[in-house]
Amino acid sequence: MTKALDVRDLSVEFPTRHGVLNALSDVSLTVNQGEILGVVGESGAGKSMTGMSVLGLLEPPGRISGGEIRIAGERTDNLSEKEMAKVRGRLVGAIFQDPLTSLNPLFSVGQQLVETIRLHTDLDRVGGRRRAVELLKQVGIPGAEERIDHYPHQFSGGMRQRVVIALALAGNPKLIIADEPTTALDVSIQAQITALLKTLCREHGAGVMLVTHDMGVIAETADRVAVMYAGRVVEIGPVDEVVNRPQHPYTRGLMGSIPALGARVERLAQIDGAMPRLNAIPPGCAFNPRCPDAGPRCRELRPSLVPAGAGSAACLIHDGGVA
Amino acid sequence: MRSPDNALEVDQLTRTFDVSAPWLNRVLERKPKRYLRAVQDVTFTVGRGKCLALVGESGCGKSTVARLVTGLYAPTEGSIVFAPDRNGAPMEAQMIFQDPHASLNPRWRVGDIIAEPIREFGLRDSDEATNARVAEVLKIVGLSPDDAGRYPHEFSGGQRQRISIARALASEPEFLVCDEPTSALDVSVQAQILNLMRRLQDELGLTYLFISHNLAVVRHMADRIAVMYLGRIVEEAETEALFANPQHPYTRLLLQTIPDVRAPNRTRALMGGEPPSPLNPPAGCAFHPRCPMATERCGREAPSVRPRPEGGRVACHYAGDSL
Repeated sequence: MTKALDVRDLSVEFPTRHGVLNALSDVSLTVNQGEILGVVGESGAGKSMTGMSVLGLLEPPGRISGGEIRIAGERTDNLSEKEMAKVRGRLVGAIFQDPLTSLNPLFSVGQQLVETIRLHTDLDRVGGRRRAVELLKQVGIPGAEERIDHYPHQFSGGMRQRVVIALALAGNPKLIIADEPTTALDVSIQAQITALLKTLCREHGAGVMLVTHDMGVIAETADRVAVMYAGRVVEIGPVDEVVNRPQHPYTRGLMGSIPALGARVERLAQIDGAMPRLNAIPPGCAFNPRCPDAGPRCRELRPSLVPAGAGSAACLIHDGGVA
Repeated sequence: MRSPDNALEVDQLTRTFDVSAPWLNRVLERKPKRYLRAVQDVTFTVGRGKCLALVGESGCGKSTVARLVTGLYAPTEGSIVFAPDRNGAPMEAQMIFQDPHASLNPRWRVGDIIAEPIREFGLRDSDEATNARVAEVLKIVGLSPDDAGRYPHEFSGGQRQRISIARALASEPEFLVCDEPTSALDVSVQAQILNLMRRLQDELGLTYLFISHNLAVVRHMADRIAVMYLGRIVEEAETEALFANPQHPYTRLLLQTIPDVRAPNRTRALMGGEPPSPLNPPAGCAFHPRCPMATERCGREAPSVRPRPEGGRVACHYAGDSL
C-alpha cells in the first residue's frame, strides 16, 4: 500500500545575512493511509515547518535543501508553484489553527466549498452544492441546507473549524495536514473536533499529520507520534509506547513536566533551560546541554534515529552509549 | 471580615458591561440599551497562604473576576474585601498576566520595569536601595541581577514570565492574581514557572487567586477550585474532593472532556453544543441546553446554591444524581 505521506531526510534552510540557518535537518517520517501521526514539540522545534514544507507553503527565503517528500506516492518537493497549487486540495488538505483566518469573510461558506469542490472534481454548480451540503452534514453542522449560505462570522469558533475541515476534505485528499487544529478552541469543543477528525480520517481513508504542542490531544487522537526538538525528529513510535515508555531523555522530560489529572505531585519534573535558537544549536546532540544523561560522546556526535523500544529514538544511549 | 483566616472575601459580585449600539443608531433603529452580565452573584473566599483557582471556558467571566479583584474594573454590585496585611493596611494585590510578550513594555529596561512599582509606591528612599531590591527579586525568580540592564526582547517566553513575576513581587504584595500565567508557554517551560510559583508561595507566604482553563494545571496549583459557567460559580470545593467526586454535570463533563496523557482513549461522554452567548443567556439554569440531565424544571427555575456533601457548594437542582 502506498503511504499517504513519505518524508525522507528533509532539510529546510533559511539563508540570512548572518549565515544559513538549518530549520529542519534530516526529518524522516511516514503517514499510512487512515492513520493519524501526531507531531509534537515545543515552539520552534520545526513541527509547523515540516507541515508547511509538505504543503509547499514555505515562506521565502526558506527553501528545501535536501531530501524528498512523496504524497500518496507522488513526489512533490520538486514541483513548481503552479503544479503544487494543483496538488494542494487534491492530494493534501490543510486545517490551520485559527478558523477565522482560514476562511474568506467576504464569501459564504457554500461559495467557498463549491469553489474548492469544482476545482478538484468535474461536478457542476448544482452537483457541487449538493456535495457541499453533504460535506457540511458529515462534519456535523446542524441545518446544513440553510447554514451553507451563511458567512463565516455567523458561525461560532467550533462550527467554523468544522467548516474548515469540510473544506479540507472537499477534494478527497489522501493526506490532511492539521496544524494545531484545536488550540484556539475551548476544551469541550476541542474534544468534539478531535473525535470528528478521527472518524473522518477512518471513513475517508486519509492519513492525517496532526501537528500540535498539546501532548494530551496527541495521546487521545494519534496512532503514532513523532517528537521533534531543534529541527530534528528525536523519537518516533506508537503513541502509548512513547507516552508510557519514552526512550529519549527529552521525551521523558517532556512527559514529566505535564501536570497529571490523576494524581498531584509536589513538584513537576522540569527540563532546565530552553530550546536553543537556530543560530546557536550546540555541536553534537542538540539536547546535550539540557540532558540529565549527557556524556562526552553527546557533545561530539550527532545521533540519528535508531531502533529503541517499540519505535526509534535519536539518542546515543541506544547507539553505543554516552561515554 | 467573616473569618480572620481569609485573605480575601468576595460577596455577591456582579459586573455588567454596556454593549449597546451607539446613541444615534439606538435612536434611528429603535434599539434598546443592551447589557452584558459578565459576572453574576459571584461569592468566594480565599484563605491566607492558600490558592483558589477559577476555571472555566472562554467567556465564562473568570478574567473579569481577576480584573475586579485587582481593581482594574469597578464592581457593579457586591463587595471585595481584603484582610489587613502585616502592617494593618488592607492587603495589596498584584497581577501576573497571560501574555508576557504584551505585558512588558518593550522600550523599558527590565530593571526599570521591575522598579516601577517600587518607585510608584515610594517603597525605597534611594536609587541604590531600589536597585538592590530589583536585584533581589530577580534572584528570587531565578534570573541574574545583570539582567536588569537588558530589554524584554532579549528574553525567551519563560524568562519574560519570570520578569512579570518579579515585577509583581517588587512591591512585596501578599496577594497575587495570576490570570492564565502559563497558557502562552511551552509545557517544559510551564513546569518551570509552576514550580517557581509553588516555591514562592512557600517561601513568601503568598496567597494566590489563580485563573486558568487548564484543569491539570489547576489541580497542580490549587487548594480549592471554583468552576465558572456563564458568569456564575456552578461548583466550588477542595481540589481533591472536586476531582474525586464532581457534583455539577458541567464539572463532570469538563473533567471527562480534557485529554489526559496518562489515560488516553478513556470512554468519554462528549459535551454537545457550545457555550451560549452571555448576551442572551438561557432562562433557568444557564447550562440546561447542554446538560444531559436537564429536565423541564431546569429551563424554568435557576438553581439555588446548595452545600456539597463533603464541603463546598454546588448550584444544580439534581447535583449528585447519576448522569
